[in-house]
Amino acid sequence: MRDDIKSWNRLPAVRHQHVLDIQARTACLPLPPGKETCIPFGNGRSYGDVCLNPDAAVIRTRALDHMIAFDRERGRITCEGGVILADILDLVTPQGWFPPVTPGTRFVTVGGCVANDVHGKNHHDTGSFGNHVRSFELLRSDGQRLICSTEQNADWFAATIGGLGLTGLITQVTFDLLPIANPFMVTQAYRFSTLDEFWHLNARAEREWPYTVAWIDCTRQNGRGILFAGQHAPPQPELPVWKSRHRTVPVDLPFSCINSLSLKAFNEIYYRQKLPRDRYVAHYVPYFYPLDAIENLNRIYGTKAFYQYQCVLPPQVSADGLAELMRQISRSGMGSFLAVLKTFGTRPAMGTLSFPRPGATLALDFPNMGEKTLQLLNRLDSVVASAGGALYPAKDARMSAAMFRRGFPQWEKMLPFVDPRFSSGFWSRVNEPEG
Amino acid sequence: MSNIVIFGATSAIATACARDWLAAGHNLFLVGRNADKLEIMRTDLMVRSTQKQTIATATADLNDFSTHEALYAQAAQALGAPDIVLVAHGSLPDQKACEASVELTMQEIRTNALSVISLTTLAANLFEPQREGTIAVIGSVAGDRGRQSNYVYGAAKGMVDIFLQGLRNRMAKASVTVLTIKPGFVDTPMTAHIPTKGVLWSTPGQIGQGIIQAVKRKRNVVYLPWFWRIIMLIIRSIPEAIFRKLAL
Ligand SMILES: Cc1cc2nc3c(=O)[nH]c(=O)nc-3n(C[C@H](O)[C@H](O)[C@H](O)COP(=O)(O)OP(=O)(O)OC[C@H]3O[C@@H](n4cnc5c(N)ncnc54)[C@H](O)[C@@H]3O)c2cc1C
Ligand SMILES: NC(=O)c1ccc[n+]([C@@H]2O[C@H](COP(=O)([O-])OP(=O)(O)OC[C@H]3O[C@@H](n4cnc5c(N)ncnc54)[C@H](OP(=O)(O)O)[C@@H]3O)[C@@H](O)[C@H]2O)c1
Repeated sequence: MRDDIKSWNRLPAVRHQHVLDIQARTACLPLPPGKETCIPFGNGRSYGDVCLNPDAAVIRTRALDHMIAFDRERGRITCEGGVILADILDLVTPQGWFPPVTPGTRFVTVGGCVANDVHGKNHHDTGSFGNHVRSFELLRSDGQRLICSTEQNADWFAATIGGLGLTGLITQVTFDLLPIANPFMVTQAYRFSTLDEFWHLNARAEREWPYTVAWIDCTRQNGRGILFAGQHAPPQPELPVWKSRHRTVPVDLPFSCINSLSLKAFNEIYYRQKLPRDRYVAHYVPYFYPLDAIENLNRIYGTKAFYQYQCVLPPQVSADGLAELMRQISRSGMGSFLAVLKTFGTRPAMGTLSFPRPGATLALDFPNMGEKTLQLLNRLDSVVASAGGALYPAKDARMSAAMFRRGFPQWEKMLPFVDPRFSSGFWSRVNEPEG
Repeated sequence: MSNIVIFGATSAIATACARDWLAAGHNLFLVGRNADKLEIMRTDLMVRSTQKQTIATATADLNDFSTHEALYAQAAQALGAPDIVLVAHGSLPDQKACEASVELTMQEIRTNALSVISLTTLAANLFEPQREGTIAVIGSVAGDRGRQSNYVYGAAKGMVDIFLQGLRNRMAKASVTVLTIKPGFVDTPMTAHIPTKGVLWSTPGQIGQGIIQAVKRKRNVVYLPWFWRIIMLIIRSIPEAIFRKLAL
């Protein structure tokens, strides 16, 4: 039994019977004994239990960290499933390319990006990660290796993108990159003081900018915040110098630094921050990955850890639904430091269980205060469910089977593709008989 | 630009070194025992390479000493005369199993000590007439004192440590550098079975960077990370009468 395999929010705390490692992409899949199930574990940057498998096994993919091919002319890369996005960035940005989609941390594996069909600030423009995947190899527990693309094994392709690691282990992925002129971003920030203002600003920003995302103060219900828009910088006569700085939260704090006072104060200061009046140029690292600057940032929540909650609401009901969510959260006093709001575009996702779909998505952290927190999240669930929305499995440690099935009505289509030896904490929970 | 030969190239720590050396523009000759892994590694380095560099490989079980001389010849043919040799292969024995099997104990000593002595002897003879070169070997803090929990491994690493002291002494006249690298706990396939990696643990990338720096600065002995020097100083200074009763 091992208790050292954790996801990013370190909830749930679980024990694994076996921690296995796949040795090479050409090697066979290591399987736990008997009927015990397993689930691939990338870099554990999910919040919750899609990458965990309590009392059973995980298969770590960190030995699959090799590049396979990089077409510098066409901007296409093939790499192993355990390659970290940061390594890809180091390789491709100096050559004038960028990942087509990136989440808010660069310490995710490519396998994890496919399995959660991750989205970035450019979803309205570019879709999610799966939209840019050309092909991948899927290794099944029976030893079969399936090459999957829209032409070959297309049904497996659809089941595996956003498939939460349940269809088998992704050994290698080929995907298209985005051309850039340099590693810098042109960005602009807009302050808004109500949700109405946000919707106006956002509609305009989405037409003009490929990247948009808003921070929203969830300690107040009127919905004030800041919208950050960005685009890759055009060729510059002279590039600014950029040096990375490294900070770390060295130990688990015995208590949480987050309480309703520090929350209010933080949100107030964040909202009042001085914003440059005009467009300004920033390196891509601080622009895309502000949270990566502090290693082990997840420790500030203390040993009780935290929940992350991310939902999507369909476009017609986004405004009302969001207002209701803000009301519930601000009233609870349990809001989040960084509540993130973004609208998804209309490009259809490739995966059967992909989370991104047209509408507005809100993501927040909640320090784990036990029952009180769970009750709040249940109240938010009812708002999301009655709006016809869904929760993001990559950020979930608690959604009910009913909530999952409402959010992913096509879930049954997934069943024939789930590997008989694969399961996860998440998957067991959402497949529990209703009761 | 240097010509670098790496034994045990597919090890996690050596892979980290190879990637950093590649980025610095050096030529690499990689020796490993698993042809598949070696080819995967070569392709990876070719993809990452941005300049004209040679990356060549050879497959060998390093416990077969008869291959060693030929490996150096192959390296010289592929790259030209080597400047730096890194010996990185090793295995972490199951101590309990060793206690029950003399054969296994000898096998582990062969992997972790004798093969290293063979490879470094040949490297020294190559570098001595050249009057330059660096021989870097990954030892371990475990070689600083015998402990009940892994003394077979410790004994092998300790033998390498003392052998290299002598070799360093001999090579001083020839201005050849002999570097003993002593990592503490590193999170690699070798230690994948050990749960709960705490603050004393490092990543292969961190150790790799330490090795690159130590080679560049022509150091003699390095503990990686540095704080292991202090930990081992304390461990070495415990009187044997007390030490023998500790469960270390
Ligand atoms: C600070 C922060 C910001 C984030 N921002 C965003 C964001 O903006 N948008 C977004 O979409 N997500 C975001 N995330 C979530 C993160 O991008 C996803 O959870 C991602 O999938 C994590 O990748 P990982 O490699 O760590 O995978 P893990 O968390 O280890 O695993 C995730 C899933 O992928 C599966 N998996 C992993 N590797 C393989 C493989 N080789 N083959 C098959 N299945 C595999 C696992 O089984 C699991 O189901 C963020 C996370 C953090 C910590
Ligand atoms: N990890 C630690 O905590 C730690 C601490 C101190 C010192 N070290 C030392 O660091 C070095 C690198 O180890 P690592 O931690 O990076 O572990 P690793 O990834 O397991 O590397 C060990 C390597 O040695 C190779 N090898 C073993 N026997 C061999 C043989 N007979 N012939 C050829 N190659 C052989 C293995 O080849 P395959 O790939 O084919 O298996 C493997 O690549 C070792 O010398 C180790 O003793 C490690």
